[in-house]
Amino acid sequence: MTIEFEAPKPIVNQQVMLKTVAENMMRPISREFDENEHEIPWSYVEFMHMAMKAAGGGGGLTVMEEKTSPPAPLLEGEGSQKRPPIGYQKLATQIEMLAWGDVGMYLITPGGGLGAAAVAAAGTPEQKEKFLTRFNSDIPTYAAMCMTEPGAGSDTSAIRTRAVLDDKTNEWVINGEKIFVTGGDKSFTHYEKLGKGFIVVWASIDPSAGRAGMRAFVVESGTAGVKINKLEKKMGIRVSDTAAISLVDVRVPFENMLGSATVEKNNTGFRGAMATFDATRPLVAASGLGVARAALEFLKEKLEENGVKIRYGLPRQKLSNVEREVIDMEIMLKSAWLMTLKAVWMADNKKSNALESSMSKVKAGDVTTKITQKAVEILGPIGYTREFLLEKWMRDAKITDIYEGTGQINRLVVARQILGYSGSELR
Amino acid sequence: MYSFEPNEEQQMLIDVVSKYAENDLRTSSNENEENKELPKKLINKGWELGLLQASIPESYGGFGERNAVTNVLALEEMAYGDLAGTLAVLTPSLFATPILLAGSEEQKQNYLPKIISGEWSPYTAALIELSFDFDPNALKTIAEIVSDKIKLNGAKAFVPYAKEAQAILVYANLNGITQGFIVPKDSVGLSISEEREKLMGLNALPMYRVELHDVMIPLSNRLGGASGHDFELILASLRLGSASAALGVAKSSFEYAKNYAKEREAFGVKIAQKQAVAFMLAEMRTEIEAMRLLTWEAAWKMDNHKEDVCVAAYLAHTGAADMAMMVTDRGVQIYGGHGYIRENPVELLMRNGRGFAMLLGLAIV
Ligand SMILES: Cc1cc2nc3c(=O)[nH]c(=O)nc-3n(C[C@H](O)[C@H](O)[C@H](O)COP(=O)(O)OP(=O)(O)OC[C@H]3O[C@@H](n4cnc5c(N)ncnc54)[C@H](O)[C@@H]3O)c2cc1C
Ligand SMILES: Cc1cc2nc3c(=O)[nH]c(=O)nc-3n(C[C@H](O)[C@H](O)[C@H](O)COP(=O)(O)OP(=O)(O)OC[C@H]3O[C@@H](n4cnc5c(N)ncnc54)[C@H](O)[C@@H]3O)c2cc1C
Repeated sequence: MTIEFEAPKPIVNQQVMLKTVAENMMRPISREFDENEHEIPWSYVEFMHMAMKAAGGGGGLTVMEEKTSPPAPLLEGEGSQKRPPIGYQKLATQIEMLAWGDVGMYLITPGGGLGAAAVAAAGTPEQKEKFLTRFNSDIPTYAAMCMTEPGAGSDTSAIRTRAVLDDKTNEWVINGEKIFVTGGDKSFTHYEKLGKGFIVVWASIDPSAGRAGMRAFVVESGTAGVKINKLEKKMGIRVSDTAAISLVDVRVPFENMLGSATVEKNNTGFRGAMATFDATRPLVAASGLGVARAALEFLKEKLEENGVKIRYGLPRQKLSNVEREVIDMEIMLKSAWLMTLKAVWMADNKKSNALESSMSKVKAGDVTTKITQKAVEILGPIGYTREFLLEKWMRDAKITDIYEGTGQINRLVVARQILGYSGSELR
Repeated sequence: MYSFEPNEEQQMLIDVVSKYAENDLRTSSNENEENKELPKKLINKGWELGLLQASIPESYGGFGERNAVTNVLALEEMAYGDLAGTLAVLTPSLFATPILLAGSEEQKQNYLPKIISGEWSPYTAALIELSFDFDPNALKTIAEIVSDKIKLNGAKAFVPYAKEAQAILVYANLNGITQGFIVPKDSVGLSISEEREKLMGLNALPMYRVELHDVMIPLSNRLGGASGHDFELILASLRLGSASAALGVAKSSFEYAKNYAKEREAFGVKIAQKQAVAFMLAEMRTEIEAMRLLTWEAAWKMDNHKEDVCVAAYLAHTGAADMAMMVTDRGVQIYGGHGYIRENPVELLMRNGRGFAMLLGLAIV
């Protein structure tokens, strides 16, 4: 090991290609789909699916190849040279660039998303085989994850959705109500142009056991009893569908439950969810930082057009206020990005990264909101007008500090890690 | 490749420095501050760890190659023990490292073996000037070339060990650019204040005002020789020095505060169990990590001759200085009233923590 900051070649090449996608496939239609909420930009969806298949990835933006194949060797052989795996690092940089294009559109990039991530983290090899291969098919396919409920957001242990085993049919019967499901519509509703997706529903098989009783269930698109009640109207990321879903006597086969059915003290169910989050938090951080970078670049461009150049190197006493703000924003953005990179680098190298994951999310949530809000402020009317995308990026950015653990929840995780506290010692 | 772990050699160095920081510096930090004194024994022990020596090639009497990343790691670790002690141990670097980076062959031969062969001996540098808009790229100390000599005029502040120094590397403004000049002790026109500087913090470190009145030195004493040198990389190195020390000071305050918060009880629980305190700690830890990575990256850019190293070092220093203030302030806050009392280390750490924004030129990687 050593300390190094040279972007690996495959990542550099990938970024050049993705920047073209962001500039040509995303930015030009960003505004249109912000103003026409709930419409689907098929050009982007279909292009991305094709492009990712052609690139040999399949399965969209995931590191599934590494996760589903038999125990991934720590070193990927390439000729005689052995290289450490960089799957998560590739993914984080991809996401950052696509989010720089349009973060809402990044969220509807075809693939398994959080649903597949849950299967990858908590499923058996057979389940992975059964549920994850579909993302390789010829048409775009989606999956989503349903944890949040009207009465249970941050406190995931409070979910009320129940799953009861029907011994006669060996089926789970699920009842409950889920909200804020990203991609819920594309994963569940039948669309001509989409493959058959699924939603992963978290439910309790034993409410008296608390978190230890929580399990995730794969519910295939079209399953009876599932209803999409509405698609939310949001501040930003409007091109991404956010569904409210009710489940009434929904029946799924026994094998659709991820992990083991025995309720043990050791919290396997909940740990599955947490494992998903450790892996995805830096990815959410990356998505926010893409937006922040877009905003900061736009700000600097506009300032330069107006003759304001940032004089790096001057003592702060000699800088204008605007220069100070921009320099601080740059410090925030660059450092947050390095924290994100470190968190995914740890994931790639199989190092436990709960602390780094959550720190990257705390930092990214903070700086993404601050940078976009400040950029709008500094540019005044130019910042506030819908003629430019900056105001949209500020609206898009805010979600970074909310989903996949709010800023507060991630601070709790960080604090518990550094203090060595359990959830009950610091709640 | 991206990679975020010190290599084996670096880790060994960190471990050695860490022992010294923990056992020698940290335990005597407050006493030294109160006595306004650093025992020579303490400094020599730190000197013997060989941080500077390891940065200097064998041909000049050292035993290694300078590596900015390694130096950043070591400096953070040592500053974790105590800032004044660290700056004292490394004062000779302020003179030697710029010579290593930008000196002429003659200057290297002349000074480097001498400085690093024996015990710690004070060679120092003078950059800071006492004005609110002190700018290392627009110094008010003036150098002029007068036939075959250089004439220096001006006033410097916060010069560590100036009184005992064998020679001082004085930075001055030569036709609008900053250049270094080697000024031997006893030069005519060089005067060093009787009294030591009295600052908000860092009182264990002897620092002095230095005045130069028509000090004449030979052209060959210009850093880099008659044709001079590029100041940018030296400045970047100084910024990274300051940033690394800021990391160490912040980490120290964070560790004290974390441990205290787990001990101290209020309202029937440990104060660390209150989110208002726990969140402060989480943010302290997060910001330290953020600025650490920024500093590492800038140092890596220096080692790998990346074009934007100077901006990177500037950003790292700016960010780390802010961070150190924020973290050390909270260190005091978490100690409550006790944080305000000088026998508790977080008090000194906050006074030292304020310094990084202006103490550019007291540490170098
Ligand atoms: C656009 C969008 C997409 C989403 N996508 C998904 C998805 O795909 N799947 C899914 O399952 N969920 C999804 N979510 C839900 C998201 O994860 C939750 O909104 C989030 O976890 C917060 O839960 P909540 O909204 O119920 O807020 P609450 O949990 O009610 O929080 C309210 C406030 O209280 C604070 N708070 C809560 N607990 C604590 C505590 N212990 N200490 C201190 N402060 C606390 C929170 O930080 C917050 O500021 C999405 C949400 C949005 C808006
Ligand atoms: C110079 C000086 C003069 C003083 N003069 C007087 C005086 O004349 N008379 C007198 O009686 N006292 C005096 N005090 C004491 C002062 O009022 C206390 O120091 C102060 O109330 C804090 O108490 P503490 O120091 O015990 O900190 P603690 O109560 O131990 O607090 C430690 C930390 O925990 C935090 N904390 C504590 N409880 C909670 C909670 N429930 N939730 C979240 N955070 C919490 C605090 O904010 C602080 O950050 C003086 C103190 C000083 C330093």
